[in-house]
Amino acid sequence: MSTEKTYFFDKPRNVRLILRVLYAGCALLFALDFVIHRHIYHSWENLWGFYALYGFVGCVLLVVVAKWMRTFLMRDEDYYLRREQAADGDKQGGEGRDHDAH
Amino acid sequence: MTPIELPPFLFFYAAGLLALLLSGGPRAVLMLLIPVVSAANLWLTPEGSYGQLAFLDFQLTIHQVDRLSVLFGYLFHIAALIAIIYSLHVKDRLQQGAALFYAGSALGAVFAGDLLTLFVFWEMLALTSVFLVWARRSERSYRAGMRYLVIQVSSGLLLLGGIILYSRETNSLSFVEIGLNGAYGWLIFLAFGIKCAFPFFHNWLTDAYPESTPTGTVFLSAFTTKVAVYALARGYPGTELLVYIGAAMTCFPIFYAVIENDLRRVLAYSLINQLGFMVVGVGIGTALSINGAVAHAFTDVIFKGLLFMSMGAVLHMTGRINGSELGGLYKTMPKTTVLCIIGAASISAFPLFSGFVSKSMVMTAALENDFPWIWLMLLFASAGVFHHAGIKIPYFAFFAHDSGIRVSDPPVNMLLAMTIAAALCMTIGIFPEVLYQLLPYDTGYNPYDATHILAQTQLLFFSALAFAWLNLRNLYPPELPSVNLDAEWCYRRLAPSVLERITHGVVTANNAVRRMARQLFNRVLAYISRHHGPEGILARTWPTGSVVTWVVVLLAVYLSLSLY
Repeated sequence: MSTEKTYFFDKPRNVRLILRVLYAGCALLFALDFVIHRHIYHSWENLWGFYALYGFVGCVLLVVVAKWMRTFLMRDEDYYLRREQAADGDKQGGEGRDHDAH
Repeated sequence: MTPIELPPFLFFYAAGLLALLLSGGPRAVLMLLIPVVSAANLWLTPEGSYGQLAFLDFQLTIHQVDRLSVLFGYLFHIAALIAIIYSLHVKDRLQQGAALFYAGSALGAVFAGDLLTLFVFWEMLALTSVFLVWARRSERSYRAGMRYLVIQVSSGLLLLGGIILYSRETNSLSFVEIGLNGAYGWLIFLAFGIKCAFPFFHNWLTDAYPESTPTGTVFLSAFTTKVAVYALARGYPGTELLVYIGAAMTCFPIFYAVIENDLRRVLAYSLINQLGFMVVGVGIGTALSINGAVAHAFTDVIFKGLLFMSMGAVLHMTGRINGSELGGLYKTMPKTTVLCIIGAASISAFPLFSGFVSKSMVMTAALENDFPWIWLMLLFASAGVFHHAGIKIPYFAFFAHDSGIRVSDPPVNMLLAMTIAAALCMTIGIFPEVLYQLLPYDTGYNPYDATHILAQTQLLFFSALAFAWLNLRNLYPPELPSVNLDAEWCYRRLAPSVLERITHGVVTANNAVRRMARQLFNRVLAYISRHHGPEGILARTWPTGSVVTWVVVLLAVYLSLSLY
């Protein structure tokens, strides 16, 4: 493995670089809100950094809720298939059961 | 009907038949030529109605060309050409033939001038596309295909029921605005809704599409649902119910997409999310929102196709598609990575990419028409789509932890198809007028103003920031091999187990009744044998003497009676 080429993201320095660019971009865009006058269609948009906050909070909520959904929605990978094969096995007799054994 | 006004489906059906007979180079040439020739034919066809027939008392119009149908017509030709290039290496005769028939059916449906013709192609879409699911030739795909077929054909039957009622009510079969009037309006609405993956009717999509072949899914993602959007735009523009249904469609799938492991299933959920924007646009029903819905259908077919192609390339090269088994592929698949990121940027609606110029029309229309809460939902869904389709798809396939898989970029035809799609995404994004001039209405809309660019860029950058933050804090849910319960649980688990219980109950009751009947029969038998059996009182042999005594008694009674 030591002979394998080192790729771009193998260097932590590059990962840090990408993250810094992202942070800088966010800061710049947030600052632009105070410079550029947005046309307002709705009073909510008057809030400074409305879109930035909404995007960040929305995504964090999305992930937190989705993670929580896993606690009651997640099943084994063959949750449906197992039962469907078993049901077919009953119908087809020996043939189906042979298939189940795989 | 002059030769230049042939309906496009004829070209594709003829090519489909030939594709079943040909193989190798001749088939490849045929498949490449057909979309080009058919598109040229469409280009030369002026707006109007062609191929009119009388059927019973009704007038059928097989080929009706207007602004709306032409737009979808061009879109489907582009989609077919890209998907055909992408699948040129496939040697499976049946799959290639089915793909052409499927594309032809979609074109037949959008150019159908009456509901009966629409119905025929509606069912043909189902019958031809199921072969693309089955083409994977695995047990899972076989089962998923069966479920898909049942649901799709049911949608067709609802449509037929609606059409029969409609024809009795209106004495016409022409496909014009229908609206939610009477039973027919609702039946047809439901039929369109099933194909459009409305909530609770959406699982055929997330079930079957990811089970198809790498190339089959690219065809599937382009046609069926967009035909449904087209049908809604024609039959139900301005139906307010669609606004709420569409908003629900944009929001709920993104939660599933975040926790789904199969990356093509993530894209299937994201497809429903994008359909939601189109459905909202149709529901609002203004010129701008209908333009937005239609434009978004156009851009979505191309960027969603691009994403499905990039994931198909991953599946084709590695044989895997689960996020938990992939990662680090950028090292040896750099071209696919870049093309995938272009698709991701387009679906996320980054300025200068195609999603930006189409989705923004629906968002603006929602605000202008006083749907502020719907607008907030759409905004949340826009951030969410960037999260799961824009970041998650490229991140887990090409970056994340290194899976150690070292495969090269896919065959050149696949790369070419993806490059064409990526080029279209960027062309439409940079020069939106190219798309806008094809739209049904002229609204003079300009997506590139400072407000809009700033708002969208802020939204996306801070969504990316959220992803980075969650990942660095290890809060991001890991990819896990699993199945997540969805509405399909009702027909894949609940209904079978209820049926099983009922069957079990019937069998038990049947056995009990039989046992009781047997016991009753035995008792009757015992009773009879007690009285009539060899020892029974009625079967006993009586001595002659006693019989004579009884005869004497009887005669004595008669005698005494005669004396009075």
